[in-house]
Amino acid sequence: MAVGRDDFVIAIRSAFLKKKDKQKFSLLSLIFLSIFVIILSNLNLKVVKLVKSSINEVVYRSSFFISIPENYIQELKHNFDLHMDLYEKYNKTKSEFENLKQKQLIDNFLEIENKKLRSLIDENIKSDEVLAKVLIDKESPYLKSIVLNKGSKDNVRMGMAVLDGVYLVGQIIEVNFTNSRALLLSDLNSKIPSVLEPSGIQVVISGTGDNFGVVEHTQYEFSNSQNTDVISYTSGVGGLFKPGIPIGKMSNKIEGKINFFSDFSQLNYVKVSSYKIGDEE
Amino acid sequence: MASLNKSPFLEIFLSYLPIIMLFFSAFNEFDFNYLKLEYFSFNFIHLLIFYWTLKNPDHLGYLAIFFAGIINDVVTGIPIGISSLCYLLLCSVTAYLRNITLSPNFIKDWITFLFSILLINSIQIIILDLVFFIQIDYMSYLINTGFTFILYPLFFTIFNFLNEKISYQSNG
Repeated sequence: MAVGRDDFVIAIRSAFLKKKDKQKFSLLSLIFLSIFVIILSNLNLKVVKLVKSSINEVVYRSSFFISIPENYIQELKHNFDLHMDLYEKYNKTKSEFENLKQKQLIDNFLEIENKKLRSLIDENIKSDEVLAKVLIDKESPYLKSIVLNKGSKDNVRMGMAVLDGVYLVGQIIEVNFTNSRALLLSDLNSKIPSVLEPSGIQVVISGTGDNFGVVEHTQYEFSNSQNTDVISYTSGVGGLFKPGIPIGKMSNKIEGKINFFSDFSQLNYVKVSSYKIGDEE
Repeated sequence: MASLNKSPFLEIFLSYLPIIMLFFSAFNEFDFNYLKLEYFSFNFIHLLIFYWTLKNPDHLGYLAIFFAGIINDVVTGIPIGISSLCYLLLCSVTAYLRNITLSPNFIKDWITFLFSILLINSIQIIILDLVFFIQIDYMSYLINTGFTFILYPLFFTIFNFLNEKISYQSNG
């Protein structure tokens, strides 16, 4: 028995402490170093932030260059698929276009009316937008995020909204000097204060880790509301996002499932947007 | 005749191939770990590290594994150091297994691999969920672990073939 225990101790010692010919560091020292790095990355020290930011800069850029061939192949495949669906999409788009033309006339009137009403109550919304290229969209199964090529030098700040056209896709969660990371709406950790129209119910839309979100934190039963399309927009509550940015359309009223308008796997360029109401800083 | 098939370039390339594959997987956006298929994903890096540190550790250094972990964390956006720790724990299992094994057995290696990836994924979940309060999808981890385990024999065969080529090129 004692011999067996000795063998175990010798095997463990040999595994953790012994360095092979080509190994410069023992396993144990590197494991301790990893733990030390995890602890450091959790601290809010200025030096740590600076080092972390530098590592991010180098790795993001390198990853972008290494991914160029693969992105090119993916783009070719995407273009091929688009080409194959061309005729079907043309007919669909044609009928949609006719409908939209009619709707636009009403929208133009509403927009002008809205501006007039806002000026009457002295409320004007100003927004600044920065166009950014998506460097990396490596979505892990655990974290849905994208890396953008604009950082603090381009006035990108934490919490800014990230838009694909007019649709909300996420918010900035990490800012480095020349790049930044945005958390997508589909991530489990994403919570966006929203409003469901036309009923006007205030809700929070949470990511699910999949390509849809779910409605949370509402005291009203929207499932029994009228039988029209339910669209979710940002509510502006909390002051992070401009009110009225379209998020998605409800596809299942019982489960509160929201299908996002934007396809997060096809993001190439996005707008990073901040806003202010009236003369606030 | 055999020496005609040997080339110094091929020898160098093959000897660095495990490291190239490791860093390519860590840096690249194309990730077997997330194939955008709903119920299919596997962790290529876990398979790579387990095989090479078990069978031929001279071709995959611990320091390289440590840095690959750091890069993987930065690219996927999780707190720095977690992947490094997990990869090195996988290395410690293989190092222990190497020390206690006299005659290698594929089934034993395979079962050990299952326990190792269950252990390191559990550690990763505990750190992310309980220390950093990052919400995670447990089902993704479970599916990922399952497929990584199932695909081990396939990658074992591929890596074995590669290992034989490396040995052939490096042995006179």
